[in-house]
Amino acid sequence: MNASYKRHYLINLAGIAVLFALLCLLFDTGILGRRTEYIKGLAIIGMYSIIMVCSLNLLTGYMGEFSLGHAGFMSIGAYSAAIFTSLLALYEISIPAPILFVISLIIAGAVAAVFGIIVGIPALRLRGDYLCIVTVAVAEIIRVMLCNLSIPAITGSSTFGKSFAGIPKIADFHYVFIATVICVTLMYMYIRSRFGRAVIAIREDYIAASASGLNVTKHKVMTFTISAFFAGVSGAIYALSITSLLPTYFNFSKSSEFLAMVIMGGSGSMTGSIVAAPILSALPQIISYVNADFASYRMLIYAVLLIVIMIFKPSGIFGSYEFSLERLIDKLSGRKNVKAVTVAGGASIEAPTTAGKDDIGEVK
Amino acid sequence: MSETKTHVLETKGLGIAFGGLKANNDVNIVIDEGELIGLIGPNGAGKTTFFNLITGVYQPTEGSYYLNGTKMNGKTTYQVVEAGIARTFQNIRLFKKMSVLDNVRVAFNKDMKASLFDSFLRTRRYREEEARIYSKAMELLQMFDLDKYADQAAENLPYGQQRRLEIVRALATDMKLLLLDEPAAGMNPTETEQLLHSIRMIREHFNIPVLLIEHDMSLVMNVCERIYVLNFGEILASGTPSEIAQNPEVIEAYLGKEA
Repeated sequence: MNASYKRHYLINLAGIAVLFALLCLLFDTGILGRRTEYIKGLAIIGMYSIIMVCSLNLLTGYMGEFSLGHAGFMSIGAYSAAIFTSLLALYEISIPAPILFVISLIIAGAVAAVFGIIVGIPALRLRGDYLCIVTVAVAEIIRVMLCNLSIPAITGSSTFGKSFAGIPKIADFHYVFIATVICVTLMYMYIRSRFGRAVIAIREDYIAASASGLNVTKHKVMTFTISAFFAGVSGAIYALSITSLLPTYFNFSKSSEFLAMVIMGGSGSMTGSIVAAPILSALPQIISYVNADFASYRMLIYAVLLIVIMIFKPSGIFGSYEFSLERLIDKLSGRKNVKAVTVAGGASIEAPTTAGKDDIGEVK
Repeated sequence: MSETKTHVLETKGLGIAFGGLKANNDVNIVIDEGELIGLIGPNGAGKTTFFNLITGVYQPTEGSYYLNGTKMNGKTTYQVVEAGIARTFQNIRLFKKMSVLDNVRVAFNKDMKASLFDSFLRTRRYREEEARIYSKAMELLQMFDLDKYADQAAENLPYGQQRRLEIVRALATDMKLLLLDEPAAGMNPTETEQLLHSIRMIREHFNIPVLLIEHDMSLVMNVCERIYVLNFGEILASGTPSEIAQNPEVIEAYLGKEA
């Protein structure tokens, strides 16, 4: 049991390290020339979108409840991190960037999580459409609140409704990459634990779930809070990389955009979120970059893409399939599958095959 | 409580009114250790309502019910399960998209201790607990001959096995009393035969009392030691299967009065 855990961790760690090395090679050696900064910026957008979309997927895919106000929690995280770093700068307290980055993310997540609990406890008595409407309302309340909030030390005589600029740019690409990996891993661990099982059971049938001894409300509020936490973290990365904030950015259409990414990737698939989030968040930018005349059509392309996917694959690109590097390696090397793996759809179970003709040496 | 001995389940004047309709009225039922009790009655007699009352789905408007002498009024469903009453449903309620194994593992949740922190970091405690629950769940599935489907989605099982899986899930909650709501509904004779086998096995292995709602009279008469008959929300008769079969009031409730 422990050996297989270890192998599993090592393979995934190696995969992430390789990806990280490749990206570093791209961005740090300057082979991209003067486009480096621009592409790095896109990568950061992609990464905080991954955290955001995965956090929304916890609700939509696994808990089975739609939230159309998730940008609200993102904005809370963004403003928390921005206010925190601005205050530090104001009082001339200097902390090394990596530590400041970590602290800002944790504070942002925690504040968003507190809001998640406050909203979740009353709202999660509702289900389906009713809950959805409440989340829209909550996001609007947060937005209006931010528009009228003022902290004289930072905003002067104005409010946050005006652009909040001058946030220190500490979201370096390397930190963001590591933060994203950690966030996604934690969310995945949550879903694959007994808590995740409980939440999926509640999605499937909440009456049977409570008749199996699950405290439905507790598990729902817990998931909602964790989701809000990571939305807050995502917002913090946004704030610390873009360096200026406007409450209207986190509006209803932003929320629905994230929801669209979840659905397109496949609700109930972390892999889907990880693939869909960077593509869909960077696509409009790339289109307008490649051809400025085309910029005005980017939302059209986006919409058509959504419609096409919904017609041909209503469950999203990945359905509920999860990519596993370990499984891929096993397949390529012809190693016997220790655990029977159910492929999405449930039918085929990988039979232990006899050693292939040209396998790459089965090391025991 | 009083000087009388404590029963596994005891209801005292239990009743619920929906507006003016008394769906259950003055229901007194006693179940003791190791008993297999049948609850029968015409459609709409209030049998499922009674199940809902003693599992916290509805709160009784009159009377009270006790599990091993502890008053259970006011408990919510999951608290009732934690106290030890498990049930199945009239129309199967499985977690359809989850695997057969996960359906059972969910029900073990209440005796799992690993915290959120343990789950995030996959600590030793977490891994040991998961391994323990895995083998317990597989053991239960094996007992009911479902282990070979462990990785399949529950919705892909044939009807009879879905019913059986629901029973396994209920057993996984480590209950003191099992309630089965029409387990044989929609089953063919072979499946009913298997069900009979399962029920007998539950008694042998778990030694817990079972309360069974059933319309299949041959099944009820075959396995139950005592039967309660519910009609219009009230207990009409109770006794051994042969007593019930000859009770004129029961026959009247089912077949109507002779003209």
